[in-house]
Amino acid sequence: MNNEGVDKSKRQFLTSALTVVGAVGSGYIAVPFLAQMQPSTKAMAASAPVTVDISKMEPGQLIRVAWRGKPVWLLNRTPQVLETLKTLDDKLRDPLSNESEQPDYTKNPLRSIKPEIFVAVGLCTHLGCSPTFRPEIAPVDLGKDWHGGFFCPCHGSWFDLAGRVYRGVPAPTNLEIPPYHFVSDTQIIIGEDPVEKAA
Amino acid sequence: MKNLLNTLLILMLPFGALAGGGIELQHADIDLADNASLQRGAKHFVNYCLGCHSAKQIRYLRIALDFDMEKEKVLSEIAPEGATIYDKMHSAMNAHDAEKWFGTMPPDLSLIGRSRGADWLYTYLKGFYTDKSRPYGVNNIVFQDVAMPNILWQQQGSQAPLYEKIDGKQVISRLVMEEPGQLSEAQFDKMVNDLVNFLVYVGEPVQLERQRMGKYVLFFIFMFLIIAYLLKREYWKDIH
Amino acid sequence: MKTNRWTACGNWILDRFPLTKLWNEHMAHYYAPKNFNFWYFFGSLALLVLVIQFLTGILLTMNYKPDADQAFDSVEYIMRDVNWGWLVRYMHSTGASAFFIVVYLHMFRGMMYGSFKQPRELIWIFGMLIYVALMAEAFMGYLLPWGQMSYWGAQVIISLFSAIPLVGDELSLWIRGDYVVSDATLNRFFAFHVVAVPLVLVLLVFLHIVALHEVGSNNPDGIDIKKNKDANGIPLDGIPFHPYYTVKDLAGVGVFLLFFASVIFYTPEMGGYFLEHDNFIPADPLKTPEHIAPVWYFTPFYAILRAVPDKFAGVITMGGAIFVLFLLPWLDRSEVRSIRYRGGIYKKALLLFVISFIGLGYLGTQPATSGATTVARVLTAVYFGFFLLMPIYTRWEKTKPIPERLTDQPGLEERIPALLETFDEITVKTDNASIWLRRKPDYKGLGNLALRLVKKLKSSLD
Repeated sequence: MNNEGVDKSKRQFLTSALTVVGAVGSGYIAVPFLAQMQPSTKAMAASAPVTVDISKMEPGQLIRVAWRGKPVWLLNRTPQVLETLKTLDDKLRDPLSNESEQPDYTKNPLRSIKPEIFVAVGLCTHLGCSPTFRPEIAPVDLGKDWHGGFFCPCHGSWFDLAGRVYRGVPAPTNLEIPPYHFVSDTQIIIGEDPVEKAA
Repeated sequence: MKNLLNTLLILMLPFGALAGGGIELQHADIDLADNASLQRGAKHFVNYCLGCHSAKQIRYLRIALDFDMEKEKVLSEIAPEGATIYDKMHSAMNAHDAEKWFGTMPPDLSLIGRSRGADWLYTYLKGFYTDKSRPYGVNNIVFQDVAMPNILWQQQGSQAPLYEKIDGKQVISRLVMEEPGQLSEAQFDKMVNDLVNFLVYVGEPVQLERQRMGKYVLFFIFMFLIIAYLLKREYWKDIH
Repeated sequence: MKTNRWTACGNWILDRFPLTKLWNEHMAHYYAPKNFNFWYFFGSLALLVLVIQFLTGILLTMNYKPDADQAFDSVEYIMRDVNWGWLVRYMHSTGASAFFIVVYLHMFRGMMYGSFKQPRELIWIFGMLIYVALMAEAFMGYLLPWGQMSYWGAQVIISLFSAIPLVGDELSLWIRGDYVVSDATLNRFFAFHVVAVPLVLVLLVFLHIVALHEVGSNNPDGIDIKKNKDANGIPLDGIPFHPYYTVKDLAGVGVFLLFFASVIFYTPEMGGYFLEHDNFIPADPLKTPEHIAPVWYFTPFYAILRAVPDKFAGVITMGGAIFVLFLLPWLDRSEVRSIRYRGGIYKKALLLFVISFIGLGYLGTQPATSGATTVARVLTAVYFGFFLLMPIYTRWEKTKPIPERLTDQPGLEERIPALLETFDEITVKTDNASIWLRRKPDYKGLGNLALRLVKKLKSSLD
């Protein structure tokens, strides 16, 4: 072996060049490898917007539909419920939904487009359990402070019938509202924002 | 010894002809970049094939993206009534009816382009001839005793076989038109070619994309090779 | 400050783990003969393919469903709906064939240069075990797409076990877990393919390399470089594996990847050899395809199986064809290792062996006509003759004197000018002469070349 007269800088340059090309190549191959763990077209198909017929919903009734595999609630709220909701603000953590997730068109105290029809993702914002629907007032197990709402059995979070979280429970924010809009008085599409009407 | 490897490669020429008898397969002109042909083929497929055969591995969405068509256009022009863009090409026929009518479920055609090959499909679709002994009155030159009627007979017309004797056996030498159909021969060939083009596409929708991508990948690897080789040469100066 | 912390962190590990020692023993101070040629790329390439198969295999497992009702569709789901699933799947399917190409060339290298001979018998044994594990891995993996060829291939191969007297039927029933190849078979093959056999493979590869690094690498001259050491105890003809062979192998990796990517992107089916046409039809237990052939890497053994007219004898012969390879270190009685210093008989025998192996491989892909079967029988005899007569002809033939030190032979790169000259000879310029690919073949030149090659082959066989 003969190490004299070695062009060190050329070696260094070529080594760096090969390292860079090799690293870029590894990056290129990593992209498809990682991307293949993203949701597939099948998952996207299952997450397509869902059309729900609400013509048969009675006042006070809650129906559940699946959108992106998540439970979505549609609740037909009675006038009494709407009245009650106005009185709860001081017991709630975020009554105006400033810190919660919802489309802009539902960022109002009743958290809905039409006051009666309430739409929300039925997963607790704490750790993702699905709360139970408890419309009755002051039941024995929940006590006299319960004004009707959603109760999460996993860690005891309270939400009112506008999906707003009470103070002093583990859940940090109000229930998430999915994008939705009314195609007609009896049909709702969940998963799609309202079409902007040309002025 | 290295030369033997070359011999190996030459010997490994693909087994081509899947056709039986003395019939040579006709050549289909496949061009997956021809969106117009693919769109026509897709419409033919929905009109003439989808009644019985599904292509359950392909979604209308994929067709829209690959053929460069608007989703709405795919739904209105290609997909049957009521299909959504995420739907796969499902057939309207159910297994029970199929059993009753054909004695068997017509196969799904998603991968027929890969299992049979374009030329076979082209020859098959053009290869129906009158045979009174068959339940549907037709037989096929590349698929003996096929259970499928000639679905394109109105377009093609009907053909009769001409026989010749080879080694004492009656074999079909070619088909002649008995009764012309609505389309001229050239028009019909084009129609079948579009249909086969579409079936080849459905067999492997990514085909065009991977070939496009291949150039860049090979170029990149080539760059890697050149630098690696220069580095090798540089280091190996130490040795001789 | 920051650098110091990193160094401290590094030292913390080095104090507790022999990283430097491992690196030096196996890379920086592992002395390999300096005259490795083209044939010595395939060991590291096999390792690369193993890594590719592991990575792509893990990704495929995430979307594949080992269920007879869903397996076929889940593969198409990967090909169409999963992001980049087609690339991952083609890498895996091409990788399977690439593995065998690389391993066959690696084994042939061993046979040419006597790499299996004393003291490297155990390396050869481990290598053969890797080969057998690889065949099991490939066979079980091929069932997973659940196409017609998957199904009927598995059916045929598992039925081989039923040829074993007394326990055969029970055994094949036990392997399948059902009366035919079924969901149960698919599910257990999946378990073996993704968990059990890969673990065995990793262990064997580890043992193969440990054994190799214990005795040191052989070389194209087949002489022991440890006999001539300098004052520091370093072999005079040895060079550190790193950096010299790491950079050389990287160039080899580049060439390999060119071929690998060409197949993946342009011809993933490889004309029906890597992915068979009939395997695009879902498995149908009621209908056998007209022509069943295993994937190309099994066809030599399949041809041997078919060449024997008796079921049990056929299975034994096929098993024997693999088993006899294990015995190679003890069958070869030659004094020298490398083909360079052997007599003409071994060279001719090896040539005949290669012809028989490739010939059987070809016949295994073709329908078994009576003519083909006769040829297959002759080639089977040649195959076994090569091994079983080896103790006689290797002892008997006269070898050439072995040099003291490694010889200097022109490498691949030094041959490039000669190759370009040959290219000039066998092609004529056309109008677009600037582009190589547009040149036409010159038949006179080709004839001359062929004649020269034949003469060269003849003289090199002496």
